[in-house]
Amino acid sequence: MVRLVIDGQSVEAEEGWTVLEAARHYGVEIPTLCYAEGLSPYSACRLCTVEIISRGRSRLSASCSYPVQEGIEVRTNSQKVRRARKVIIELLLASCPNSRTLQCLASKYGVTRIRFRPEDRGCILCGLCVRMCKEQMQAGAIGFANRGTGREVAVPFHAKSEVCRECGACLYICPVCELPCPGPLQPGQLCNACLDSLQLEAFPCKE
Amino acid sequence: MPKIESPQSLERYREILKSEREKYRATVSVCGGTGCQAHGCEAVYRALEGELSARGMKESIELKLTGCHGFCEIGPLVVIRPQGIFYRQVKPEDVPLIVEKSVLGVEVVDELLYQLPDNGKRMVREEDIPFYGKQTRLLLKDNGSIDPRSIEDYIVQGGYAALAKALFEMDPDGIIDAVDRAGLRGRGGAGFPTARKWRACRAATARDGIKYVLCNADEGDPGAYMDRSLLEGNPHAVLEGMAIGAFAIGACEGYVYVRHEYPLAVINLHRAIEQARGLGLLGKNILGSGFDFDVNVSLGGGAFVCGESTALMASIEGRIGEPRVKHVHTAERGLYNRPTNLNNVETWANVPLIINMGSEQYAMVGTEKSKGTKIFSLVGKIRNTGLVEVPMGITLREIIYDIGGGIPDGGKFKAVQTGGPSGGCIPESLLDTPVDFDSLYEVGSMMGSGGMIVMDETTCMVDIARYFVDFLCGESCGKCVPCREGLKQMLYILEDIAGGRGTMEQLDLLKELAEVVRDTSLCGLGQTAANPVLSTIRYFEDEYVEHIVEGKCRAGVCKPLLTFLIDPEKCTGCLRCRKQCPVGAISGRKKEPHLIDQERCEKCGICLEVCEYGAVVRK
Repeated sequence: MVRLVIDGQSVEAEEGWTVLEAARHYGVEIPTLCYAEGLSPYSACRLCTVEIISRGRSRLSASCSYPVQEGIEVRTNSQKVRRARKVIIELLLASCPNSRTLQCLASKYGVTRIRFRPEDRGCILCGLCVRMCKEQMQAGAIGFANRGTGREVAVPFHAKSEVCRECGACLYICPVCELPCPGPLQPGQLCNACLDSLQLEAFPCKE
Repeated sequence: MPKIESPQSLERYREILKSEREKYRATVSVCGGTGCQAHGCEAVYRALEGELSARGMKESIELKLTGCHGFCEIGPLVVIRPQGIFYRQVKPEDVPLIVEKSVLGVEVVDELLYQLPDNGKRMVREEDIPFYGKQTRLLLKDNGSIDPRSIEDYIVQGGYAALAKALFEMDPDGIIDAVDRAGLRGRGGAGFPTARKWRACRAATARDGIKYVLCNADEGDPGAYMDRSLLEGNPHAVLEGMAIGAFAIGACEGYVYVRHEYPLAVINLHRAIEQARGLGLLGKNILGSGFDFDVNVSLGGGAFVCGESTALMASIEGRIGEPRVKHVHTAERGLYNRPTNLNNVETWANVPLIINMGSEQYAMVGTEKSKGTKIFSLVGKIRNTGLVEVPMGITLREIIYDIGGGIPDGGKFKAVQTGGPSGGCIPESLLDTPVDFDSLYEVGSMMGSGGMIVMDETTCMVDIARYFVDFLCGESCGKCVPCREGLKQMLYILEDIAGGRGTMEQLDLLKELAEVVRDTSLCGLGQTAANPVLSTIRYFEDEYVEHIVEGKCRAGVCKPLLTFLIDPEKCTGCLRCRKQCPVGAISGRKKEPHLIDQERCEKCGICLEVCEYGAVVRK
């Protein structure tokens, strides 16, 4: 067993666990987007960023891939973490303004404005569909194409795939291609309908 | 030539090669670096070849095309040894005179000598020129005297002696200790202690006994060409370093990951590997020691992010060049999930030097924590553009003014950018900062792989930040959100500020965003991508504010903020600007003052360039 501190609590975790797994085991909530149990961690959305203090040095790191280590201290809700998390949600909302998942995350983590230029691209490139297709469906029909701001999820050469079985697992796991959030009217606006709700945990508008 | 099977035969071979070269009375070296190639050195080389054979001197005069000499500004360069006469800007038609006077005779051709810019004094020898005088050329010294296409040339100059010494007189731990005592730190930019890296990889267990050493030659910083010149000019030094490192670590295979945009480096490297294999300096049972090691070349497609260690390894494996998290170090699980050690070209080239010089001697050069020398490519608004090798701890001022000769055309220094897109801009007030890993980091920049871009007052710092962020937007792999989306939004904000649409709130947002990108990005590219923005805001915030509040770009770079006006007092009505204006924004009759229609003006500045009477003013 590995001993570590999560948000002031001394806990024990099994060797090989990630910080995210340990935190969830003890009921500490860390938001995630590109993480799903059963798929390999990808550490791309950076929403699960936590502050890790190791040997006197503090740094932000993605908890979904950080292996638990003896003696480290994890802070899941420090000022640094909150600021980073809010900016990341804001950035994601600028690229997918009407995603219900993102709008709910914004409400939950206190994002009350989007200061960035919105550009609806309908995809946050979390790679869940790519990993789902490859790792669980054993198809590998889709992947990433191009780099930088031109990156996209695509079938090779944009041609109809010969290995896709049209199983729909990619749609199932996609966090943004769902019914849009009914709240905001214009890209760049926030719904925040659930911001005042007492039951933030329940994501009321998702029901 | 059969394989060399022992260190003794290597020494014998060296002696034979040396005695073969005794027939030469003099050596004429033509710089064949990329800079001089662009200046036309091939033609000079061919002219020399023709001239020497016409005079029947091919047997007594050695002629070679070498690697980069460094002083790229004044190429093509020709050096005649042993006299050490240094000719610059040589043209094919100068060749007969050079041969006549300096090769046959003992005179010098005055017009081809380097002239001091301040008093016009002519310098005969390389070392008399201030550009070279202040440098400590340990790595580059052979670049100008070795023909990179000839392993014999390298062996004559003492090549592969360090490998023989390492294999027969030292043990792996002893080599690592030697590198440790020498204080070598990674020249790729971050300055990680090389010995610590090697030790970790040596200690790692390989499931099937295979470990790798890799050479990172994916140099991609704008304006940087140090690694390129080393590989082009002295590929065997890199191979020798890799072989020594492989022996110390226990690796049997190596890869050089080199950009395919470096064709000469790729050709020279391939040839060098073939030659080393032919002589038994790579391959099975090197020099009869029982140590096997071979090197492969892997060509990069030109993605900047592939210089990142894990992306580089993914690319060699044939996967998308994309970084992964490094909680398990590549020393344990790297290329093909096997223990891997990656060092940069210049780091590898330092290794034979350390073994030959001895750690203590090597460690005499440099500062307490940064040892040895560092090669920089000195570019931008600088008189002596070129490749310079300086001891660590030299100040930026010495590099820019003593070696670089200061700013040309009476310009005024504004900032120096080190570390490429991962580095920062350092202002004049910090010019006395010593150049070492830690000091540069403290002032918000970094050593980087060695690009050094000098800027004068005609450079706008907002525009520079915009340029680097734009570069990184295209070069980010796009995997993680802060780097992909954050850089794009940073670019939008910078475009707004440069376009006169920026607000002070946006400036605060830019700072906040830059800090989050730095703190949360997945790999080194993203974590350092904010440096150009953060460092320009730190030292040149007034310029940002000026753009936003006053709508003014003092460098005259940000076009939307400029206004071109015609002074009616000075305008003679010559029609010249009117004819040249590409958008027809200038009106006015002959011999009457002209007028610029501000609505239509595209701010291209052509009117300003063509006006002979100084009547066009830029505000």
